[in-house]
Amino acid sequence: MEDDLDTVVERTFREESGRAIASLIRLTGDFDLAEEAVQEAFVVAVERWPGDGIPSNPGAWITTVARNRALDRVRRARRFEERRAALARDATERIEAQEAALVEATEAEMDAVIPDDRLRLIFTCCHPALAPEARVGLTLRTLGGLSTTEIARAFLVPEPTLAQRLVRAKRKIREAAIPYRVPPPEHLPERLDGVLQVLYLVFNEGYAATSGDTLIRQDLCAEAIRLARVLGSLMPDEPEVLGLLALLLLDDARRVARTDATGSIVLLEDQDRGLWDRDAIDEGRTLVARALRMGRPGPYQLQAAIAAVHDEAPTPEATDWPQIAALYSSLAGMTRSPVVELNRAVAVAMVEGPAAGLELADGLGNELGGYPYLHSTRADLLRRLARWREAAAAYEAALSLATNSAERAFLQRRLVEARLAGGEDGGGPMSPT
Amino acid sequence: MRYMLLIYGPEQSPTEPGEDAMADMAPWLAYTQWLRDEGIYVAADPLAPTTSATTVRVREGGRQTVDGPFAETKEVLGGYYIVEAPDLDSAIEAAARCPGAQYGSMEVRPIVDMPAG
Repeated sequence: MEDDLDTVVERTFREESGRAIASLIRLTGDFDLAEEAVQEAFVVAVERWPGDGIPSNPGAWITTVARNRALDRVRRARRFEERRAALARDATERIEAQEAALVEATEAEMDAVIPDDRLRLIFTCCHPALAPEARVGLTLRTLGGLSTTEIARAFLVPEPTLAQRLVRAKRKIREAAIPYRVPPPEHLPERLDGVLQVLYLVFNEGYAATSGDTLIRQDLCAEAIRLARVLGSLMPDEPEVLGLLALLLLDDARRVARTDATGSIVLLEDQDRGLWDRDAIDEGRTLVARALRMGRPGPYQLQAAIAAVHDEAPTPEATDWPQIAALYSSLAGMTRSPVVELNRAVAVAMVEGPAAGLELADGLGNELGGYPYLHSTRADLLRRLARWREAAAAYEAALSLATNSAERAFLQRRLVEARLAGGEDGGGPMSPT
Repeated sequence: MRYMLLIYGPEQSPTEPGEDAMADMAPWLAYTQWLRDEGIYVAADPLAPTTSATTVRVREGGRQTVDGPFAETKEVLGGYYIVEAPDLDSAIEAAARCPGAQYGSMEVRPIVDMPAG
């Protein structure tokens, strides 16, 4: 019986392909290459021979097709190796350039260039093309010398997450070719703003929370001030830089008095002013004055001025609230920030009474509905107006949004007071903690 | 190095060109000319609206051909420029000047230089 076509194809191929394999091995020295090429020729044979008929010289056919297939493979491999070699050449060039730069830099060059380099570094770390969370971490890591562990702990972020952010940021700098330089004058104001924002964020991170690792928190404040000083020495004619440094010093001056022994928050009006750091306050005030004299007012200068007015007052009653209200008014005009408007409302309340402040605060409900301090501010103003039930409602709203445990404890106390004063049972429905 | 500036924006309606078409083109022509004058122009093309897009996927040996862009998005890819720039800041400058930046989003992506081969 005639074998079917497939079997004939297969048998012919098996009998005639030995020559092809042998000659390919001789030519290339590669058993695997030879076998794979012949295998590919077999696939073609199975496709074509049934239709075209078995070639009169099957051995020659197989050798030709297999040789072409082997050539294809070898050419692909060559192109791959060439690409690899080119990449390796690029890497070598980069490394040789680094070596040359280090060898050639003289002692004097290394020293002279340091101040400029730190400036370049700050601006690079704070580049707007980097993820915001990464900017802070990168600045602290490279300029502040903080370890990844310390930074992660300070910002309550898992260490691997932070490490990953830093890796991505550095990779982005490399892959997108973020330039290592101080921005040109036309972009300097907005870029500088980004840097100041990062430093302010670092400071606030250390300043705000009172629970957790207090040592790290102090370090953050100190680090932010140190970097602001560096920036100030490098850019002494930028009033906003001086303004930020002043603001940090003036806020930091109160840090010790801000919490009591149990870690609870002490309001500004209740703080022991004897605990305030007078040297820091003096330095801050000098800096604000110097900055404002440059005649280019800005938000940080104004915030510093407000802090200075607070810190100058020997007692809460002596606070120059009209001055503060006026400063907030200027600040609001500059920043169009509802939070600033809220602070202005507080100041206005001190000057014109709680009702006036409340009117302003009530106008901010749309923009600041989700902001706990809107509700705690309204609550306090209502409390001062003895509108107890409304005050209690506002304290409840604040508690539903507040996350800091010291603040929550404070709000909870005020809520109970308001309920009791309003004739409610002080232990009414507890707000979720 | 080269960067691709991808122009994302609201879908262009496939209307017939009218009088407005020339006025609309003016800022784009000016921008392209500016890139050429700066010596950084490499390439550019507008893309036909997403209504003319087809998405092809090959999965497990099977080919799926589907009408439309790969994903329905509010802002769609409308075209691109390729520019030569020494660093990201320069590429950002170029992107900011593109008319597309004013009504849509310009994505600035570095092009990976594969060694020729």
